[in-house]
Amino acid sequence: MTISTLTRGGAQREQQHCLRKMERVIIAMQDPDIGLKMRNQRLLITVIPHAMTGNDIMEWLIQKYNITDEEAGHLGGLLVQYGYIYPLKEPRSLILRSDDSPYRFQTPYFWTSSRWPASELDYAIYLAKKNIRKQGELVDYEKQNYNLLHKRINHTWDFVVMQAREQIRASKQRRKADRIVLECQEQAYWLVNKPCPGAFDVFDLGPERCNVLNSRVILNSSLLFFLLRISSVPNNSLSSHFLLSLSCVCSFMKFCDQYHQHDPIMSGCLPSNPWISDDTTHWTINTDLVGTPTRLRVERWSFSFMELLNDCLGRREFMTYLEKEFSGENLCFWEACEDLRHGESSKIILKVEEVYKTFLSPGAARWVNIDSKTMERTLEGIKQPHRFVMDDAQMHIYFLMKKDSYPRYLKSDLYKNMLSKAIVPQETKKSVFPFMRRQRHSSPSPAMVSQATEDNGKAKGAGPAATNSGTLS
Amino acid sequence: FSGSFGEVYQTFHLSIYMSSNNKFSISPEMATQEVQPNETLSNLKAESDTLKTKLEDERAKLHDVELHQVAEKVDGLGQFIMKTRRTLKGHGNKVLCMDWCKDKRRIVSSSQDGKVIVWDAFTTNKEHAVTMPCTWVMACAYAPSGCAVACGGLDNKCSVYPLSLDKNENLAAKKKSVAMHTNYLSACSFTNSDMQILTSSGDGTCALWDVESGQLLQSFHGHAADVLCLDLAPSETGNTFISGGCDKKANVWDMRSGQCIQSFETHESDINSVRYYPSGDAFASGSDDATCRLYDLRADREVAIYSKESIIFGASSVDFSLSGRLLFGGYNDYTINVWDVLKGTRVSILFGHENRVSALRVSPDGTAFCSGSWDHTLRVWA
Repeated sequence: MTISTLTRGGAQREQQHCLRKMERVIIAMQDPDIGLKMRNQRLLITVIPHAMTGNDIMEWLIQKYNITDEEAGHLGGLLVQYGYIYPLKEPRSLILRSDDSPYRFQTPYFWTSSRWPASELDYAIYLAKKNIRKQGELVDYEKQNYNLLHKRINHTWDFVVMQAREQIRASKQRRKADRIVLECQEQAYWLVNKPCPGAFDVFDLGPERCNVLNSRVILNSSLLFFLLRISSVPNNSLSSHFLLSLSCVCSFMKFCDQYHQHDPIMSGCLPSNPWISDDTTHWTINTDLVGTPTRLRVERWSFSFMELLNDCLGRREFMTYLEKEFSGENLCFWEACEDLRHGESSKIILKVEEVYKTFLSPGAARWVNIDSKTMERTLEGIKQPHRFVMDDAQMHIYFLMKKDSYPRYLKSDLYKNMLSKAIVPQETKKSVFPFMRRQRHSSPSPAMVSQATEDNGKAKGAGPAATNSGTLS
Repeated sequence: FSGSFGEVYQTFHLSIYMSSNNKFSISPEMATQEVQPNETLSNLKAESDTLKTKLEDERAKLHDVELHQVAEKVDGLGQFIMKTRRTLKGHGNKVLCMDWCKDKRRIVSSSQDGKVIVWDAFTTNKEHAVTMPCTWVMACAYAPSGCAVACGGLDNKCSVYPLSLDKNENLAAKKKSVAMHTNYLSACSFTNSDMQILTSSGDGTCALWDVESGQLLQSFHGHAADVLCLDLAPSETGNTFISGGCDKKANVWDMRSGQCIQSFETHESDINSVRYYPSGDAFASGSDDATCRLYDLRADREVAIYSKESIIFGASSVDFSLSGRLLFGGYNDYTINVWDVLKGTRVSILFGHENRVSALRVSPDGTAFCSGSWDHTLRVWA
């Protein structure tokens, strides 16, 4: 019985990929040269040929893929769950035991990839056979399915029973070993295709995917895209591209190295990782507007201008510095532009006006120094305000701060003092009684804190949840 | 030129001319006219394929270095131990998505049965719960302020729920419908503020919305099939984002113009997850082809593949550790593989979940990561 592939949707298509890969593993396992050594396994009084033990499977996987016991057990377990290998002892339990329990490879006729969806008729015949062979052999959910099918395909029920009897008669003529094998194969197949409700279902795949869209529109856009890309491929020196490639790759190493100490998963964190020790001190000493920041935090401000601005405390310090230099309006302008870009659509016109009045108009209270060309463009754009109208000016001021004020800030006494005052917490020694768990304290929800500040008439919005007193713990 | 492609058929007349310094330039003129009879779909496809091959040939001529070659000199990572530190139980069905709050300890998660739960992952207490009117809530996101969550799925919409601390208030009462797509919502993310949301959908598009008014600010067309994931750039100018889809492509978009500025197509199957490298200069992707890959945005190419013969099932979700040295991937074979980003080797494999891992995010301060699974639980690892 071949199943048409037309009925398969996107999710099944994705699964086919996996199933094919599993099949490649299975085929390799059965390879006469590099595969498993199969032999006869004893099942009670019968000898079953071409079988292997759970241990054999594990060993082979460990050797072939150079993986640990645990991973081999996991991978082997998946092969059993997906019906490519089935157990001979306790056939209803589709798990891989890493001992001498006997297993067999499923025949390709019954492979999950080739026989989906399982036909109702076949299932009915199988259940009927079981029912006829031994009364009470059907378990609960199988009995339910049997009754449901009896109702649904009642018109062919005579055929079902006739087929079932015929198959039983034919199997009685086989050798006992063959009979057992065929029964096991079929049972394994149905355990995978009609699992017990609540058990793992191979065909539980999630919503449908891959709705292929209008090709013409997409092709037009990709055509243009490729032409643009070709035009940007440097057709001068090969070496300059190589250097670009090398420097890009080196920049990753540099970044990883620079942030290594700051990565709690790589280097731990002081005094301890809250998730491991249940102690939230690490969070308390790193709250947004804490009195004395940690050394790592202050160091990080020197990594890039963005790091400084992204940290509330850093930004506040930088503002203090700028105000000393009488250029605080630059940062204020930048913040106002951010607020415009990321704020509500309804407030755009109002905000643009405000920005113009405060920073750009001649004689403005906090006039920012932008080059004339950008100023001209911006003033022109303001006539039809939109959220990106300040982008050019904002960019100009941003780079001004980055190239000029920021490096000087890092050399300033203000920063140096901050760095020297910064605390380096002591690492918490592992507690004497490690099995005594600390009480885990809850913290106020940002929603609550914000509700309180909202009541005070302050606006919430851009940036991380800023609190007046820092989060309590 | 400008404008989105939408449903208007447009033919482009591209005049390619050589400028004085022998570089190719392009000036496209759009002509809305009757489609020429010889410009059939297959002709366009053939032309597109030819150009693609040409581009790849050009690229191949240039000597590129592989990341792992250069990283040979870097110190290897020592023994790596991460364990489950918290297990969040409470969903009655498959967990499909999760996101961290900026406070570093709260989490929002969504599941197949329509439930969206906000947890304090540190204490494992549930703080809020909403029942969506649809099943398969595949996307959820925490607002930057911590005062709202956004979610959506088979309802084709993205809705924002302000989080109220009044126990008696039904969160669903203040629900705001923001995004409307013509197919399922696969991912959503707030931008720098609570006021804008970026969404991706099974209808093949991404879109940027104004939360307050529900107005569509920008739409992004270019994927040929469902878009499954997106991530916003941490860059200075904060104007780009990446998306991955069922067409095996990962695209980089300009938020302001709606244009696709870069595209990468090296995966062999659907891309389930994309995530920026912390510096913003690269991004990682996880796909059903059982590999994760790293793409460098400045060099404009793939620079690393993270795969192993013994890994057969697709990667559903990826994220970087704070320094970008580690890449965590949640897979459909229930495991989490931890990769050394620079050397390309696998550092560790984490077992624990009993069904596929569908969501994985590192916490905002990098102290832990959280994984959500079809086994109905979420786990926090550190």
